[in-house]
Amino acid sequence: MASYERPTELDHALRLLAERSRVVLAGGTDHFPARVGTAVDEDVLDVSAIAGLRGIVATRDGWCIGATTTWTDVLEADLPAQFDGLRQAAREVGGVQVQNRGTLGGNLCNASPAADGIPALMALDAEVELRDAKGALRVPLDNFVLGNRRTARRPDQLVTAIHVPRLAEGTRTTFLKLGARRYLVISIVMVAATLEPGAGGTVGRARVAIGACSPVARRLGALEAVLAGRPMGPDLGAAAEALHLADLATIDDVRGSAAYRREAALILVRRALDRLAA
Amino acid sequence: MTAPIRFHVNDRPVALAVPPARRLTRALRDDLGLTGTKVGCDAGDCGACTVLVNGRQVCACLTPVAQVAGARVTTVEGLAANGALAPLQAAIQRFGAAQCGICTPGMLMAGASLLARNVRPSAAEVEDALGGVLCRCTGYRAIVQAVMHALDGAVAPADGLGPVGTALPRVDCHDKVTGREAFGADRAPADALWLRAVRSPHARARFALGSFGALHARYPGLARVLTAADVPGANSFGIYPHIKDQPVLAEGHVRFAGEAVVALVGDLATVEAIRDDELPIAWTVEPPVASVDEALAPGAALVHDGRADNVLARGRVARGNVDAAFAAAAHVVEMTVATGFVEHAYIEPEAGYARRVGNRIEVVACTQTPYMDRDEIARVVGLGPEAVRIVPTGTGGGFGGKLDISVQPLVAVAAWVLGRPVRCTYTRPESMASTTKRHPSRITARLAADGAGRITGFAFHGDFETGAYASWGPTVADRVPIHACGPYRMGAVRATSAAVYTNRTPAGAFRGFGVPQAALAHEALMDALAARLARDPLAFRLDHALRKGDVTATGQRLDHSAGLAACLEALREDWTRARADAQAFNGTGGAMRRGVGVGCMWYGIGNTSMSNPSTMRVGLSREGGLTLYSGALDVGQGSNTVMAQICAEALGVPVVALALVTGDTDRTADAGKTSASRQTFVSGKAAELAGRDLRARILRHANAGASALVEFGRGAVAVRDRGTARTIDLRRLETDINGDVFVGEGRFDPPTTRLDADGQGSPYATYAFAAQMAEVEVDRALGTVKVRRIVAAHDVGRAINPLLVEGQIHGGIAQGLGLALMEEFLPGRTTNLHDYLIPTFGDVPPIEVRLIEDPEPLGPFGAKGIGEPALIPTAPAILGAIEHATGVRPAAVPVLPHRLHALLRAAGKVR
Ligand SMILES: Cc1cc2nc3c(=O)[nH]c(=O)nc-3n(C[C@H](O)[C@H](O)[C@H](O)COP(=O)(O)OP(=O)(O)OC[C@H]3O[C@@H](n4cnc5c(N)ncnc54)[C@H](O)[C@@H]3O)c2cc1C
Ligand code: FES
Ligand code: FES
Repeated sequence: MASYERPTELDHALRLLAERSRVVLAGGTDHFPARVGTAVDEDVLDVSAIAGLRGIVATRDGWCIGATTTWTDVLEADLPAQFDGLRQAAREVGGVQVQNRGTLGGNLCNASPAADGIPALMALDAEVELRDAKGALRVPLDNFVLGNRRTARRPDQLVTAIHVPRLAEGTRTTFLKLGARRYLVISIVMVAATLEPGAGGTVGRARVAIGACSPVARRLGALEAVLAGRPMGPDLGAAAEALHLADLATIDDVRGSAAYRREAALILVRRALDRLAA
Repeated sequence: MTAPIRFHVNDRPVALAVPPARRLTRALRDDLGLTGTKVGCDAGDCGACTVLVNGRQVCACLTPVAQVAGARVTTVEGLAANGALAPLQAAIQRFGAAQCGICTPGMLMAGASLLARNVRPSAAEVEDALGGVLCRCTGYRAIVQAVMHALDGAVAPADGLGPVGTALPRVDCHDKVTGREAFGADRAPADALWLRAVRSPHARARFALGSFGALHARYPGLARVLTAADVPGANSFGIYPHIKDQPVLAEGHVRFAGEAVVALVGDLATVEAIRDDELPIAWTVEPPVASVDEALAPGAALVHDGRADNVLARGRVARGNVDAAFAAAAHVVEMTVATGFVEHAYIEPEAGYARRVGNRIEVVACTQTPYMDRDEIARVVGLGPEAVRIVPTGTGGGFGGKLDISVQPLVAVAAWVLGRPVRCTYTRPESMASTTKRHPSRITARLAADGAGRITGFAFHGDFETGAYASWGPTVADRVPIHACGPYRMGAVRATSAAVYTNRTPAGAFRGFGVPQAALAHEALMDALAARLARDPLAFRLDHALRKGDVTATGQRLDHSAGLAACLEALREDWTRARADAQAFNGTGGAMRRGVGVGCMWYGIGNTSMSNPSTMRVGLSREGGLTLYSGALDVGQGSNTVMAQICAEALGVPVVALALVTGDTDRTADAGKTSASRQTFVSGKAAELAGRDLRARILRHANAGASALVEFGRGAVAVRDRGTARTIDLRRLETDINGDVFVGEGRFDPPTTRLDADGQGSPYATYAFAAQMAEVEVDRALGTVKVRRIVAAHDVGRAINPLLVEGQIHGGIAQGLGLALMEEFLPGRTTNLHDYLIPTFGDVPPIEVRLIEDPEPLGPFGAKGIGEPALIPTAPAILGAIEHATGVRPAAVPVLPHRLHALLRAAGKVR
């Protein structure tokens, strides 16, 4: 017989997970669509009532975003400009109904290739905090998502937070999403980009991540290297070239062919950089 | 069971002892009886289930009831506190922003959460806030207006007089904005069992059923597993009397993935818990006939034995010497068109229940055609039609898809066999996998013109994929050749069609019966020929527009009501300006390009060359109450209001004086189906005649002359005739079963003739005409298209109710836009509303409507029809605009970004 636990304490939740494997449920916006028309006999651990798991707090070197923080929470939080890209992503996740319930932790754990939060957070060098009954560890987001709906989380662990480092003063971020309609659209391609200012009007560090193109969102290391030290200016995007995307294992599906995704990704990368550097 | 979950719903405390993981939708609807919250998908995709939790909008279908413990939940039932409509509810009514009404509760809740923070939202703010709710009927613009202006302040309520020609808000709107209207899934007897069909995962297979003993042992809640052998009457149905080719439950052999094989009947938890792979079904999978090409290949496997070439039906229209026209032509242009399956995507999945009442069976379900349902159910259950009662529920959109039966035969058979009420609600994926679609098509067409640029010949062939079963395939095969050449004088015409069986989802009726596909071809040809001749596309169409006195390709003379030229003239000013603006914009360089296109259409109203009568009755009761008994079903298009307006006008009473009984086959007369844009024209005429007949009967009773004045009072009617006055005391007259003392009846069957082997004759009594122009912006780097504005000019004969006509036009345009740019049903792949994309709030641009009224003398007060005509010109106009913007004309729809990008790349036009 299925059980349903909704603890209010994190320790309690972790003990329950240590006991046996349970289906973790946060906002339910990925959970329920996977259960249409069927009654599933499963043990559920509802993490939505756990004190301290929701909300964003500033830390010594950045911010800690609780795993059950919703997209709406992100939009309403008082956060600096380096979060512009994440806010743009938040506004594009489903409709307001989904933003009001869907959580960042759920988005990362569900690990869909089209998860908008993943590239947006990758471009911020985010780390994922995993916790079990014995303790916590942090893994870079790039190492957390392993494949289409596969993550580094063990069944006895919860994702408890996402850590975002404070980037240099003047850092700008953006997020561009391409789909076949305006609202409620699964991305064909999305691009998140971060430019940290360097000396004398140049790019300091750049971070560019692409999602929905490959099974796992990817940072474009080669491009980032090329961008560092370039002068900021409205044609920065011209520095991006097809070869920078060459090692994306591009998806080919009903939403877009692989060839199209590669070309569109390059266009979006250029536009994102032009916009940030302007 | 755990402790009860306590929360507040609409300020009332509730405590529910239910599984905590239960969806809030189910808790509200099933446990608390609050069925105003709708379920369109159970997956977050449609927003019909939107409610407020602590003032914030959420999808109730994505919310476990455990998570609202201690919270305040507000549903649509909580909006009209103390019975008075909230301002937004009133605005939805006033702006005609609810059609079928299934999305309305979700719209209201999302709108309420916005208005609580922002009393004068901009259009963009409304779109952002309501963007998570889909509507398939309205095209959204009216909803945006309603929310923007909801709090504008006091508005005089409608007077309810509503003479013909006035924009009366729909008469049945109150229940739509309060959540009170019952749709298919909303009510059933408390003791009803649930039915779930187990469907084939294979497109083509043979199967054998084992014993269900083990299943029954494992699941005590399972009452019965129904198989083909349990169907008491004929295990077959289909639209055409001579082609009943679809089984209720498959007999040893399936023809498409999604076909019903057996039906589980029991309690809800049980039928949902049983996994399909627990059933003893032994499959022998066979290679499917997967495309029209495969179906038509020599030696192809047959989808139906006895259909030797896999061709269900052919159509043909031939007039004049086409070969000679092409031989002598100075110019010839040629086009191909390819379209895919399109899903109706009404927000309400099919649902209903049946119960046995003695030796009769009653089916209460959503539908577009109660009388056809009655006859189908009678056959399947093995009864006479009089032993079947169909009681239509509210129908949350149809667009042709609810002309075919779905849940009805399943629940009818189950209720008959088990002697208990049985209900069924399709899930979204089930609805999409099993019900009919728009026919995929591939068309080749050619135009010939002489040296003076006059069109002299037109040749056309279209193959239409009807999928596994006939459904409306013959209708499409008939209708397409008649309309193939478009609303133009074309000289010699040869147009042929074939409806081809495959092992894919059945295609049926969808707003336009193949004509929207054909219009893509004739409009592409018109643009191509205009370009060849360096003519303006709009002026070139005007040169060839069918006008009064012209003869159509079937040899029919258009004596009245042919307003295409007036439609094109109504666009001309906008057209000239928009074309110039686009040119100026394109001169500035960059990836963005603008373009403007035009599309025209004509559409025969009513069935093709077939009798399709409607009968309407209006009764006067002893108490003096007037009731219109209308068998014409309102599936959102507004026929309840239109019939009432017409009948009231004929009777000389205000609309509010008429009560309405619709659809119930025990209480109304057959008014045919809600399809072929026929209700206003055919049933409307019958409603007019019924009103006149009632008046005539009263006058006869009073011995008064035709010009006498009739005044309806309480329990009496006063008749004044040239100074004399007579009062009829109704309370002293005999009543019929409905309690009426006078009944007026009207019947109308539009005059048509049969077509000969060359398709010559008069297939329709009248035609609607339209021209639309679309302005688009194309991102040449990404291949994306944004429609910026649409102007739609429609000759409707007479707009009985301009508000409703505009609503139809907006909704049709939204569907045409979807057809052009995003909608593609791929069996087994896009069977939900996140993979199958329909336009959202942000996709439908501002629309301007220009109504042309070239009266049709046969129609009620001059009216024709609008339902389907609204959709047909949109996609051609958008494609023309894309071509104008980029120089590339897509031959296939939908023009998804990656497809347009590939075309631009091939043409060297990517930026
Ligand atoms: C209509 C609709 C539109 C959508 N549009 C978008 C979109 O545009 N972009 C996008 O990226 N996503 C979209 N989504 C997906 C979804 O809303 C997001 O991924 C959301 O962030 C998921 O969060 P949740 O809390 O609802 O997850 P849940 O459904 O509660 O959980 C998702 C998964 O994560 C696991 N999980 C959740 N929290 C934890 C945790 N703390 N520790 C361990 N495991 C956990 C669950 O077990 C489950 O497997 C959409 C969904 C819907 C229904
Ligand atoms: S039913 Fe909840 S979003 Fe469709
Ligand atoms: S009125 Fe919106 S779906 Fe019908």
